Amino acid sequence: MLENSVEKKTRRRNPDRPYAFLLPYLLLFTIFIVIPVVTAMVLSLTNFNGLQMPKFIGLKNYVNLITNDDVFMQHVLPNTILFSLIVGPGGYILSFLLAWMLAQIPKVPRTVLALLIYSPSMTTGIAMTVVWTVIFSGDQTGYLNNILMQLGLIFSPIQWLQSPEYLMPIMIIVSLWSSMGLGFLAMLAGVLNIDPTLYEAAYVDGIRNKFQEIIYITIPSMRPQMVFGAVMAVVNTFQNAAIGVLLSGSNPTPNYAGQLLVNHIEDYGIIRYEMGYASAVSVVTLLLVYWISKLAWRIFGEND
Amino acid sequence: MALGGTRINPSRFDRRQIPFYIILIPLAIFMILPIIFIFSHSFKPLDELFAFPPTFFPQKPTLENFKNLFSTTTENGIPISRYIFNSVVVTVAVMFFNILISTMAAFALSKMKFKMKNIIFEINTIALMFVSTTVTIPRYLLISKLHIVNTYFAHILPLISMPVGVFLIKQFLDQVPDSLIEAAKVDGASSFYIYRKIVLPLIRPAIATVAILSFQVVWNNIETSSLYVNDETLRTFAFYMSTLTSNIGNNVAGQGMAAAATLIMFLPNLIMFIVLQSNVMNTMAYSGIK
Repeated sequence: MLENSVEKKTRRRNPDRPYAFLLPYLLLFTIFIVIPVVTAMVLSLTNFNGLQMPKFIGLKNYVNLITNDDVFMQHVLPNTILFSLIVGPGGYILSFLLAWMLAQIPKVPRTVLALLIYSPSMTTGIAMTVVWTVIFSGDQTGYLNNILMQLGLIFSPIQWLQSPEYLMPIMIIVSLWSSMGLGFLAMLAGVLNIDPTLYEAAYVDGIRNKFQEIIYITIPSMRPQMVFGAVMAVVNTFQNAAIGVLLSGSNPTPNYAGQLLVNHIEDYGIIRYEMGYASAVSVVTLLLVYWISKLAWRIFGEND
Repeated sequence: MALGGTRINPSRFDRRQIPFYIILIPLAIFMILPIIFIFSHSFKPLDELFAFPPTFFPQKPTLENFKNLFSTTTENGIPISRYIFNSVVVTVAVMFFNILISTMAAFALSKMKFKMKNIIFEINTIALMFVSTTVTIPRYLLISKLHIVNTYFAHILPLISMPVGVFLIKQFLDQVPDSLIEAAKVDGASSFYIYRKIVLPLIRPAIATVAILSFQVVWNNIETSSLYVNDETLRTFAFYMSTLTSNIGNNVAGQGMAAAATLIMFLPNLIMFIVLQSNVMNTMAYSGIK
């Protein structure tokens, strides 16, 4: 009897009980994603050293970031722009082209090659540091030094990971290497699912080459996957930005050569305990990711 | 058959595919090279690690590095098995809860009608862009406020909610016909019954995909160990590995051990992906953002 009346009551609200299903996710989502982001926004308006109460200082952190932070203006921002312009769109275009080529070979070789190309992205962050530190090791036992010396291209070993001029290119190569991840798989699935009759129709309509085909048929037909891939590319670019510190083994990186936004946050927040200032950098980073993703969204959403 | 058209997913080899192979095969080899390097390095005996000029493949493969790795204890006297145990506990817990709450949330977002539905899904889509490394400080403050510093919870709780997981399962579930669920409802089945008996079996490919993603996030994670846990006995294998690799520059014997540890870190990822790859491709077909 009692059970019946309870059931009737809930039935009047929503018989499916959606919120019962959503509650656990929403709870953890709120606690570990929403609250930290909001906290970062609030802290960015304060002076906070982690021990004393935060003191409200308005937009001063942001003003300092733009006008007073030489490291940010001279190293972090240009580095971030250079790194993300190459790794983001570069990795994205490469993912698409690889997916497009893979879709045009038979299933078995495709699966094997896709696995080989995807596998570096499983090794996020720390896992592969050992490879790179050995390959780029600064003495003659380093593989790259050894090869170059045997070829007679260089005469003494180069300190690859400690040299400001080499660190950034190495970071870019390593990041590109590991960027064929979820976005790549999404695009591969996207190309494979395009209706083949579209291509036939396009050739009847006068499309002449593969390039036109990609622009007029392939990309428009898999627009949702293109957007998903773009979002993943942007997020990965910023998420894996700690790579410079991992490779060189120090934060700050030598001469700030590999210093990116994420390292700057850590430098101020965790090493110097200037958490208000670090939070301002966090907010700037999150906004940047959001704007860039939205931009990609607009590019692919426009022709709808 | 189209005359000039691109043939997607061809069933057999033909000459026009040759250019693709010419580009793809060398590239794939380049991609896999560092991973093969890890394999060979971890089986090299000490003298070959020192060898000059360095060799790519081990001449006399040995398990020495693995033995050293497992017999070494840290300065605090903690055996490696302890770190591995921690990693396994944390990984299993995160994967289980992540799959449970993501499938539940995706079920509600895909197959139920309620007011906030679109707003919640939109917020989740925006959260795909969330870069967790930017909020390590507020997360740290939060975790210390919750009094879970130095517990397994500090490893587990922050990683359970994964927006991309909910997103992928929801997109996958959208293409499952509503009629199956409607029919069960007419028979008087409760939502929980439908979730367990109808939805879960239907979305197995999506679950497999999310399992892989969630595994990669937890298993490779060093942030929770370095920031939220000071107690060495509660830190994870990934973290221990990062301490190994941070000072291998001048320690060649350590290189072999670090390579062995990297291999142990990497292999589970690879095996899981190989076993579940067809599920992943099946799921990614519905991954688009509209």
